[in-house]
Amino acid sequence: MSIYLFLIEKTILSLVIFAITLSIAMYSTLAERKFAAFFQDRIGPNRAGPFGLLQPLADGLKFFFKEEFIPASSDKILFVLGPAIAMIMSCMSGAVIPWGKSLIIGGHPVSLQITDLNIGILYIFAVVSFGVYGVILGAWASNNKYALLSAIRASSQMISYEIAMGLALIALVMTTGTLSLSKIVESQAASHWNILLQPLGFLIFLICVFAETNRTPFDLPECEAELIGGYHTEYSSMKLGFYLFAEYINMFVASAVISTLYFGGYDVPFLNVSGNIGVLLGTACLFAKIFGFIFLFMWVRWTVPRFRYDQLMRLGWNGLIPLAILNLLVTGIVLVLN
Amino acid sequence: MKSLTHRAKRVSNKRMTFLEKLYLPAILGGMWITIRHFFKKKVTIKYPEQVREFSPVFRGLHVLKRDDTGAERCTACGLCAVACPAEAITMDAAERVHGEESMYREEKYASRYDINMLRCIFCGLCEEACPKQAIFLTDRIVPASARRDDFVWGKDRLVEPLTHRIDISKRHFYYKQQGKP
Repeated sequence: MSIYLFLIEKTILSLVIFAITLSIAMYSTLAERKFAAFFQDRIGPNRAGPFGLLQPLADGLKFFFKEEFIPASSDKILFVLGPAIAMIMSCMSGAVIPWGKSLIIGGHPVSLQITDLNIGILYIFAVVSFGVYGVILGAWASNNKYALLSAIRASSQMISYEIAMGLALIALVMTTGTLSLSKIVESQAASHWNILLQPLGFLIFLICVFAETNRTPFDLPECEAELIGGYHTEYSSMKLGFYLFAEYINMFVASAVISTLYFGGYDVPFLNVSGNIGVLLGTACLFAKIFGFIFLFMWVRWTVPRFRYDQLMRLGWNGLIPLAILNLLVTGIVLVLN
Repeated sequence: MKSLTHRAKRVSNKRMTFLEKLYLPAILGGMWITIRHFFKKKVTIKYPEQVREFSPVFRGLHVLKRDDTGAERCTACGLCAVACPAEAITMDAAERVHGEESMYREEKYASRYDINMLRCIFCGLCEEACPKQAIFLTDRIVPASARRDDFVWGKDRLVEPLTHRIDISKRHFYYKQQGKP
C-alpha cells in the first residue's frame, strides 16, 4: 500500500471521527436539556425546529455573536489558551478508540481505528489528564478568586480520582494482558465482556469517570451555587462555548472508553455477521452502547445531588482507592491460582 | 411538645449501617424514581397553541356591551367608577346630538371611558353596580405588554365590536346553575 493512500485513508477517517464527535457533542447539549425536562415532567426546548432539533445550532450561533470579553486584569495569552487546550485535548482522545473491525474496500482492509497504539490506554490517560490543564490555566488567567478555587478543586479531584481509575484499569490490564485498545476489544469477542470478569473494577472506573468528566455528583469545579460557575466565571462568547462543549465531548469519549474497555466495544452480543455489513453492524452497536452511557451520565446528573467537597475527597481516598487495591489483589490471586 | 402537623418526622443522628454507607442502594432507588418520571405524562401546556381551561367563574378583561340594535348601553352615570375599590375607571360624559340615536341608547353617553388594567383587581363590583348592564368582565385575559400605556384601555378597545359580539354568559350561566344570585 502506497504511503499516499495510507495518508488519505487516515485523513478521511480522522475527519469523519472529528465530525461525528462534534455533532454528537452538539446534540448531547440538546439531549441533556430534553432529558432534564423529561425527568422533571416537562417537555424541554421545542421551539427551534421540529422537537427543538435546531436548538444546538441556535445556541452555537448565539455564542458566536456574543461579545468577546477579556478581563483587563487577566493574562491574555493563557486566557485564550485555556479553552483551546480543553477543546483540543477532549477531541484528541478519540484517536485510539477502535470504532469497528476493518472494512474491506477494493480488496484491502481499512482499519476503523485511526491509530492502533500498543499503549492506547496510557495515551488516553495522558490526554484526559492534560484536559484539566485547560481548566486550571483558564481559571488562573481569569484572575478571579472563584475561578481559582474551582481550579484547585478540579486539580485535586483529578489527582485523587485518577489513582483509583488507574488501579481499576491495572486489574483490567492484568486479565487481558495488553495495553492496546484493539487487542482488549478482540479479547472480549463473542460476549466475553470484561464487565463479567471485573464488575467491581467497572464500578470503580465508572465512578471515577464521572469525576474525571466533572459531571454531577462530582461537578464541584463548576458548582453554580458556591462558585458562580467556577473556572468559566469570567468567560463569554465562544470561549465559554468551548468549555461547555469540551465537557460534552469528554462525556462522549468517556462513554466510548467505557464501552470499549468493559462492554466489548464493537462486539454485537449473540450475533455473528461476517463481511462489511457485520463491521458496520458492530460500529452501530458500539454507538448504541455509547449513547446508552451518555444517557446514564444524564440520568445520574438529574438524580443525584452534588457531593460536599470533604465527602468527595473521603470517597476518593478512603473508599475507592482501597476498593481498587482490593480488586487488584483479588484479580492477582485468581490469576495466579489459574 | 405536641407537633402542629401529622407530617413531622423524628430525625436521629445514628451511625449509618454498612449498606447506607455504600450509597449505591440509595442512588439506585433515586434513579428508579427519576426514570419513572421520565416516562410520565408531561404537565406542560404549550401556551400559544394550547390554552389552559379557565374556571367557569373566571373574571378577566372587561367589555362595554351594546344593545340588540348595536347602540352603546353605557350612559356615563359613573356608578362603576364609584364602586371601583381600586379607582381604575375614569370617564367623561357627553350629550347625544341629533343623528346619533343609533349609536347611543340614551341622551347621555360616555365620551371617554378608560380602565387602567394595572390598577384593576378584577373584583367585578363595576359589573354589579351598573344599572344599565353595560359593563361586564369576560373570560378573556389582559394581554401582556412592555409599555405601561398599553394597559390603559380606552373605548376603542373596550366597546364590543359590532361585527363579533362577545359572550358574557358563561359565568352567569354557571351562577344560575349553582343557584347563586
